[in-house]
Amino acid sequence: MTDTEVFLQQVIYGLSNGMIIALVALGYTMVYGIVELINFAHGDVFTLGGFVALTIVGTLGAAAILDPATLGDASNWWLLVGLVLACGVFCGVLNAAIDRIVYKPLRRAPKLTQLVAAIGVSFILVNIALFWGGTPMKVFGGGSAAAASKDFPELLEGSNLLGEESNVVLRLEDVSVFLITIPLMIGLTLFVRKTRLGRGMRATAQNPVGAQLMGIDTDRVISATFIIGGFLAGAASVMWSLYNNTISFQMGFRAGMDAFTAAVLGGIGSLPGAMVGGLLIGVIRAMSDQYIETRWTNVVVFSVLILILVFRPSGLLGMKQREKV
Amino acid sequence: MSAEHTQRLAPFSRGQCIVLGCLAAAPLLERVIPSLQLSSPLRTVIVFAIMALGLNIVVGWTGLLNLGIAAFAAIGAYTFGILTCETYPFQVGFWWGILLAGIVGAFAGWLLGAPTLRLRGDYLAIVTLGFGEIVQDGLKNLEVITKGTQGINPLPAPSFFGTVLTSENNVQWFYLYLAILVVIVWLMRNLEFSRLGRQWFAVREDELAARCMAICPDKTKLKAFAAGAAMAALSGALGASLLSSTGEPSNYDFQISILALCIVIVGGIGSITGVLLGAIVMVGLNVVVLPNIAESLQRNGIGSTSNVFSAPNNYKFLIFGLALVLMMRYRPDGLIQTKKAVRS
Repeated sequence: MTDTEVFLQQVIYGLSNGMIIALVALGYTMVYGIVELINFAHGDVFTLGGFVALTIVGTLGAAAILDPATLGDASNWWLLVGLVLACGVFCGVLNAAIDRIVYKPLRRAPKLTQLVAAIGVSFILVNIALFWGGTPMKVFGGGSAAAASKDFPELLEGSNLLGEESNVVLRLEDVSVFLITIPLMIGLTLFVRKTRLGRGMRATAQNPVGAQLMGIDTDRVISATFIIGGFLAGAASVMWSLYNNTISFQMGFRAGMDAFTAAVLGGIGSLPGAMVGGLLIGVIRAMSDQYIETRWTNVVVFSVLILILVFRPSGLLGMKQREKV
Repeated sequence: MSAEHTQRLAPFSRGQCIVLGCLAAAPLLERVIPSLQLSSPLRTVIVFAIMALGLNIVVGWTGLLNLGIAAFAAIGAYTFGILTCETYPFQVGFWWGILLAGIVGAFAGWLLGAPTLRLRGDYLAIVTLGFGEIVQDGLKNLEVITKGTQGINPLPAPSFFGTVLTSENNVQWFYLYLAILVVIVWLMRNLEFSRLGRQWFAVREDELAARCMAICPDKTKLKAFAAGAAMAALSGALGASLLSSTGEPSNYDFQISILALCIVIVGGIGSITGVLLGAIVMVGLNVVVLPNIAESLQRNGIGSTSNVFSAPNNYKFLIFGLALVLMMRYRPDGLIQTKKAVRS
């Protein structure tokens, strides 16, 4: 492999992972834009999405609907889309329920109180994921080692789309990440720009009291924000599980930190910022894996986070009068 | 000058006397019920109490959320390890070891705090969280100095007037740590009512008003940060001496930071008595109650390691999480509420 090919390969990895990180980052940034809360539990909602996906795949496999021989078959595309929708809806509803039960009564409490409550929710969700790992199903390893990482089956064909003789590998999985995430992002942008509810969101982000006075049901707007953020996290969890072929009950912590870093890097509260930040973090991770050392990658990412917060707290695309959500 | 300020401060409040007295009496209970092993786990309680008292300066008194306190404990433990382990050239002994660990911890706190303390509250929380992860990975990866995941061992036990404590002297060891805790509580109580302590409260309540009173918020916060880090580093060193090893770097992960935060929040944010009580409740749950339940389940043949639901240890996250959520919802000031918190 030449240097250029190595570089190109890392760019492909970086962008694919970056798109997934961006989806999670959107959830952080939207919630922060509306209620000014770092939703610490977001990463763990993402984790549970992965567990739902594996449970569905396991159930289909046990019912012999999913045949391992059909990998790379066109039918698996529909399965993938179905998984994204199912996990998206699950995580969206879960996220909104958490908001209703835990965050809503604390809306007027000091910010740190809300953040600590969010950390509490995060721990509860981690524990639920741990128990979920003990499900007596074949895909969960029979449920005997609940805390161990679970293998996520390869749903898509693994052959190289650039031809078998090419050194740079581009698999169907890489492409599927883009095919799923880009429409979601376009849809989200159109939703926020064009629809009535989207306008309500932008208004609430600018000034919640003012929005309420103008007849916007801000509670509904906040619920919608949590549902959409959760949906994106659920979709991201399916793509992440598929791409990394493994899930564990603690995966949301790292993924969440990456995504939060991305959101801050792009300018928290800004939708295009989260997308750009996600891609940048993905590429930084891939480059650090290749050119520094894999074991230092987390240090690199967290250092980036700290440096940005210290020198440019408003992020790359964030402005003083930033456009939130 | 009110009478309150001119009055001589009693060395300990009534609550502190009760909690410390109960701790001191615990080994006597061991005499009465020999099957009860208390003095050994209670040393761990004391180590966490010191860490949480340090965190209390930052979170409770100054109002800054630090989610990376375990990193400072790690720094303290590794400093202690490097300075005292026989495979390193220093070997300064237990007492110099814990003292220098505290100083290095304070310096680390100052180093992290100086550029970041200007940040908004929730951003600062994330920075400290990131710092916690960086320290863990750094310690793991710098194998040449820290021996990576092996941890540094063996480490010396405390020596007292020429006698070196061993694992058989659990009770003496416990009383030695208790004495250190008593000294720290006494220092903390004096700090609370000192000029610096009142500056911390002022910054917590209203930064702008504090600035108007010629208090520099940045310097005040930095002092709190360094003091908290020093205490956490001291607790890390004491804990490492207890295990005779620094343990692997992932022993000082986010869970430990959250455990310390739970102690402060459940016990009573800002209250020394509350923090001591919180340490007994939370760490006691962790190292006394849960293992005992697990053991008795096992003895009765109910507990099997194959089922995730039957191991009490697997409920730890759930208990911590519920404790945080419920406390924030119904009693954000903790079990023991300070007068100041009630007023605000």
